[in-house]
Amino acid sequence: MKKIVVVVFAIGLNFSGFSQDLSSILEQETANKTTIVTATFKGPRLLNGHSIETRKKGIFEFLISHRFGRINSGAYNLFGLDQSNIRFGFEYALFDNLTVAFGRSSFEKTYDGYLKYRLIKQKTGKNSFPFSVTFFGSATEKTLKDYAPNNKPTFTNRLTYTSQFLIAIKINSNLSFQFSPTYIHFNTVRKIEDSNDIFSLGFGGRMKISKRISINGEYYYNLDPFKSINSQNSLGLGIDIETGGHVFQLIVTNSRAMIEKGFITETTGNFFKGDIHFGFNVSRAF
Amino acid sequence: MKILYTLIFTLLVISQVKSQDKFITKTGYVSFFSHSLVEDIKAENNQGLSIIDTKTGEIVVQLLMRSFMFKKSLMQEHFNENYIESDTYPKAIFKGKILNYNQLVNENSDAEIEGTLFVHGKEKEIKIKVKAHKISEEIIISGDFKVEVADFDIKIPRIVVNNIAKIVKVSFEFHYTPYK
Repeated sequence: MKKIVVVVFAIGLNFSGFSQDLSSILEQETANKTTIVTATFKGPRLLNGHSIETRKKGIFEFLISHRFGRINSGAYNLFGLDQSNIRFGFEYALFDNLTVAFGRSSFEKTYDGYLKYRLIKQKTGKNSFPFSVTFFGSATEKTLKDYAPNNKPTFTNRLTYTSQFLIAIKINSNLSFQFSPTYIHFNTVRKIEDSNDIFSLGFGGRMKISKRISINGEYYYNLDPFKSINSQNSLGLGIDIETGGHVFQLIVTNSRAMIEKGFITETTGNFFKGDIHFGFNVSRAF
Repeated sequence: MKILYTLIFTLLVISQVKSQDKFITKTGYVSFFSHSLVEDIKAENNQGLSIIDTKTGEIVVQLLMRSFMFKKSLMQEHFNENYIESDTYPKAIFKGKILNYNQLVNENSDAEIEGTLFVHGKEKEIKIKVKAHKISEEIIISGDFKVEVADFDIKIPRIVVNNIAKIVKVSFEFHYTPYK
């Protein structure tokens, strides 16, 4: 009896190997692959802030961002369009995972430099990982001469630093979310009651409504906001439109600045009272 | 008892021989090329997965769309996100048969493969002329064919209609080794 079992078993083994058809062999082989999740967001900016995305090695990008005045400033100012606040930026991808950049904002005549590094990528398949993490670090220098002539601040006094961990998850091809814990350090603050260190929690997401258009939202909640100004949390809503070579972003936000320390900590507009700035980001990659 | 061992041994040997009937590659090369007056677009995939049953001449190819590499990363993103929709249709699959399989002993014999190509949720019967030959431990098959983009329901927006060819040339080269 034992013998028969062994023989049957041996034959069974033999046939099981044989009956496996070509397609199922290949299915097994593909199941063993790991795929990196791409296009969590359409571009390197969510709205005001950065997304986890970086450009591929060697891409040089020229970025122009605009924020007009407040919509509720009336028809006399053409609902804010008379005033304009602009930032020029140059970004260069040293590697697929590392971007360095330099920019100049008209807001407080600020220069900024930053680097962005993709630490972890979301993956599916064999070695899957549920989310992506990018580090963002920047330094800015305010050069506006808004001080008394005999009280000129030193270079160091004018500096502000920002560090962010951008953590994003792409739920499916249409839906992505980002969480952006942020730490900002001011070397100098306006009043003694203001804290030099501000922590902020950023939340954002995008939803694709067609292959080339997505709706984005972004909100930064400050844990210890400035007391010397009427500080508000930054809120942005917008749409991303992909036009062949680049992404065009239309934005409404209560923030005027386009650099982290500005829009996260120095926003004074109340979105729900109509202190809304219309703006756009447009980039050209070379 | 001896008989039993002999029997098992024989069966094992047979199964060894049988598994030698299948040849596989995991690094098949597939590229496609689109030429237009505006720009040339080329993408390459070095992770083509294919298997041949040498007994029947049957052949199956599987390609992950996300493994296609483009020179411009933005093109690659648009390919996956907008055109081929890799999240919904991750693979291209070809299932077919090498018609005159038994004549492939000489180097660079001409052969023909007939089968069905599945791309972007659509399927199409195609016939491909290939160069093929087999030496003891390796089978090499290479060739090219043309694919009409419209056959696979891939919509190209009017704004870039001049950038992408209506007919795309696909080239491939597969080096198969015995499947164990």
